[in-house]
Amino acid sequence: MLLNHTTSKIVERKALTVNPAKTCQPIGAMYAALGVHGCLPHSHGSQGCCSYHRSTLTRHYKEPVMAATSSFTEGSSVFGGQANLLQAITNIFTIYEPDIIAVHSTCLSETIGDDLGQIVSKAASDGKIPEGKHVIQAPTPSYVGSHVTGYANMLEGIVKYFAKKSDELKNQLNILSGWVEPSDMRELKRILKLMKVKNVLLPDTSDVLDSPMTGKFEMYPKGGTTIPEMVSMGDSLHTIALGEWATEKAAVNLDNQCKVKFSMQDLPIGIQATDRFIQSLAKLGSVSVPESINDERGRLVDVITDMHQYLYNKRVALWGDPDQLIPLAEFLVDMDMKPVYIVSGTPGKAFEKRMEKILGKSVPEAKYKNGANADMLLMHQWIKENPVDLLIGNTYGKYISRDENIPFVRMGFPIIDRVGHSYFPTLGYMGGLRILEKILSVLMDRQDATCPEESFELVM
Amino acid sequence: MVKKLDITQGLPDPSKVMDEIMAKYPTKIAKKRQKSLVINDPAEGKEIQANVRTIPGIITQRGCTYAGCKGVVLGPTRDIINLVHGPIGCSFYAWLTRRNQTRPAEGEDNFITYSFSTDIQDSNIVFGGEAKLKDAVREAFEIFKPKAIGIFSTCPVGLIGDDVHSVSREMKEELGINIFGFSCEGYRGVSQSAGHHIANNGVFKNVIGNNNRDRIGKFQINLLGEYNIGGDAFELERLFDEAGITLLSTFSGNSTIESMEYAHTADLNLIMCHRSINYIAEMMEEKYGIPWVKVSFIGAEGSAKALRKVAEYFDDAELSAKVEEIIDREMKKVIAVREAVKAKTEGKLAMMFVGGSRAHHYQDLFAEIGVTTVSAGYEFAHRDDYEGRDVIPSIKIDADTRNIEDLTVEKDIELYREDLAVKKEKLLKNGYEFSNYDGMMPEMKKNSLVIDDINHWETEKLIEYYKPDIFCAGIKEKYVVQKSGVPLKQLHSYDYGGPYAGFEGAINFYLEMERMLCTRIWKMVNTPWKTDPEIVGSFAINE
Repeated sequence: MLLNHTTSKIVERKALTVNPAKTCQPIGAMYAALGVHGCLPHSHGSQGCCSYHRSTLTRHYKEPVMAATSSFTEGSSVFGGQANLLQAITNIFTIYEPDIIAVHSTCLSETIGDDLGQIVSKAASDGKIPEGKHVIQAPTPSYVGSHVTGYANMLEGIVKYFAKKSDELKNQLNILSGWVEPSDMRELKRILKLMKVKNVLLPDTSDVLDSPMTGKFEMYPKGGTTIPEMVSMGDSLHTIALGEWATEKAAVNLDNQCKVKFSMQDLPIGIQATDRFIQSLAKLGSVSVPESINDERGRLVDVITDMHQYLYNKRVALWGDPDQLIPLAEFLVDMDMKPVYIVSGTPGKAFEKRMEKILGKSVPEAKYKNGANADMLLMHQWIKENPVDLLIGNTYGKYISRDENIPFVRMGFPIIDRVGHSYFPTLGYMGGLRILEKILSVLMDRQDATCPEESFELVM
Repeated sequence: MVKKLDITQGLPDPSKVMDEIMAKYPTKIAKKRQKSLVINDPAEGKEIQANVRTIPGIITQRGCTYAGCKGVVLGPTRDIINLVHGPIGCSFYAWLTRRNQTRPAEGEDNFITYSFSTDIQDSNIVFGGEAKLKDAVREAFEIFKPKAIGIFSTCPVGLIGDDVHSVSREMKEELGINIFGFSCEGYRGVSQSAGHHIANNGVFKNVIGNNNRDRIGKFQINLLGEYNIGGDAFELERLFDEAGITLLSTFSGNSTIESMEYAHTADLNLIMCHRSINYIAEMMEEKYGIPWVKVSFIGAEGSAKALRKVAEYFDDAELSAKVEEIIDREMKKVIAVREAVKAKTEGKLAMMFVGGSRAHHYQDLFAEIGVTTVSAGYEFAHRDDYEGRDVIPSIKIDADTRNIEDLTVEKDIELYREDLAVKKEKLLKNGYEFSNYDGMMPEMKKNSLVIDDINHWETEKLIEYYKPDIFCAGIKEKYVVQKSGVPLKQLHSYDYGGPYAGFEGAINFYLEMERMLCTRIWKMVNTPWKTDPEIVGSFAINE
């Protein structure tokens, strides 16, 4: 047994987290900044933070993940990190020549009280930021929220810096993407193109973290939201923010700063969440939904009706981030599956309310928890008490999957033992079809592997 | 494709490319980096700058002190609960990512698959986190009943003044198990190296010597600096077992707290990774009189040499005969594979920038299949790992090094092994080498380029210059280098393969190099229409 010490006996914990269902803020800031064209993320803290974040993102994407660090020493921790950051800014612009440096803080620089805004202003007034270059910043204390909070903070930092309101209203929508894969951002763009909605998508990690092999390393790949696009966001008609935890701050900021109203939506995972997304695109963009979108939706519903018997009443445990878990739970319920256990280390009161609404009537036995001590140990203990038919979550689920012999679909962050997430989306109706296909494959493979020989089916 | 570097007349002088690298740097940075890039001359013995601060803004390979302490040294242990006191990330990122394999016997503890954290919040930063830490220790004890708990301090808790040592003492008293703390905040030192030292100190103070167990074998040794990545230690255990050598304790791959507690009853310490663990070896010799020797089990020749060295130390005819028998049998298998692979790999060029000993050790493996190392360097080593231990007295002790406690160790009158000291004296007279490491540079070719703490810009320029057939580094470098069309072998995680230690390991590595150096896929990077231009027309355009 890989997790030999996990038993069904649940001891109330208030201090110890075991096998977390979250990580810390700065990695989210780093990921969000990679979705900006020509941008080099910078970690203002110890080297280890930057190294760990780059390593984790690299394992997840199997792509170069470039970022710099302020390389704090004990001295900088005592005297403040200003000198380190000022020197870093000069070195980065001289050696690595990005258009933008996106600085995020760490628990270290936050604890000693470094004020990124003040340091960046000083860099500007000291002439350390070359003409036409930019340094943006976001506070990302690791002891608040989770990796999703860091993503949200960087997204807010980006729009705060770039979005400008001019006199000219632009016929375009802002799409603020929650924490999803490059494949999903590509899929969002495809849907927007089908819908014929002019838009700015922020951030956009497609063509950054799924770049082709050409024999030449590009420090700043062709993807990412561009500066003119980000500037223009202040003149857009409206913002659609996808994923409350990851995008609300940026949406609110655009509203306050540039008076661009926003609609807060779920990530379009599954039928209903995608329906809502499509409807708001149609409404806010004043466009009609094309036949091709209807067809995609129809194909998804069609496959569910075809394969419903393999899905019905299957008990599922999921873990990950609220923005994914909420629409995913809704999708599972729509397919008559039972998401019975759900944990997320990411705090936020809305989680419970949303889950209650989705699961209260349809899956009254469901247990869900987020925030402090909502970890994979707890979820595993629930599973030990009463097992499930399917696991959906990040790579760390493979230990539970093997110990408990439960089929496992990888979704979320990080996925460091399989490929595909960078290339095949889970958003939209086509993404729904991919989730469905993955679920069916593992469930039906299980049936094939374990059913009595006399009931081994050719046609399923 | 750039024409491959011609090394038939020896390695070229890389001064020009060094100048190009420096030209990009601001003057002050160039001045500093210059001392960390050395054109090797083994005859002359040049000095390299190492173990100094990384320049802010430079894209470095290095990690932090916590990574060296918890991640490297204590992480591979299997029955200690390694509890990280800090925000969630530090524990999350070190959760199973280093591939330290464990193999507990039925019923034995194994916590390697678990991540433990106090997940401190902003309120803890404001009001202190010691109370939460104590609760977390109690909860860990109640749920898991471990034999020991190690507590690791991270940046913010060090800054707010949480004292992991006093909490450890208090909890040890309360719970009756061994609990010990490490002040391994990420900002200490200049790299992981500081964390190794802190881990060595903590283990030596709190664990080694706690169990004066009786002898169980005729030849008792410890293996230091072997972390069982990809099962390396398992391969070495196999060899020692067969030879009749009792491996008491491995620091720290697949290790148990108990094995560390009686490590001081060994007759000899073997050091694999000099950088991360030489402190414990030195302290064990001072306190208990156990001599240490540097070995490398990376490479078949090195493995044979290491086994012979152990046999020579014990000076036992039966042991020597057994060791020779093993070497003879294993080398037959090794040579068969090696010759087949070498026919395909001979003359290829390698570069390696990794760790604090691997960039040296793996040069041997490459040499065995005819691959030349043109440029190499460490991520967090000190000058002695480059130039040899002779330079230790002349290493300047800077403020960053002074921050790390240097334990004062005294002779343990009762347990000190005078017999071993006598044995050492005698062997020394016969030319047997103890407590020595010659470092990487004396073994590298003239004009090879040695670089400490290489960064991204230097990596890019050197790939362009050397056009190596293979590059060895870590996960952060992996895809950067591969996007340039050069295969990269990870020498931290082995790209999820291995073992590469010992004889079986050498065979695995040769075959892996055959795979990587002879794959067809790199030939498919260019599109066929790049060399065979498209015919531009509009016959089939469907608009």
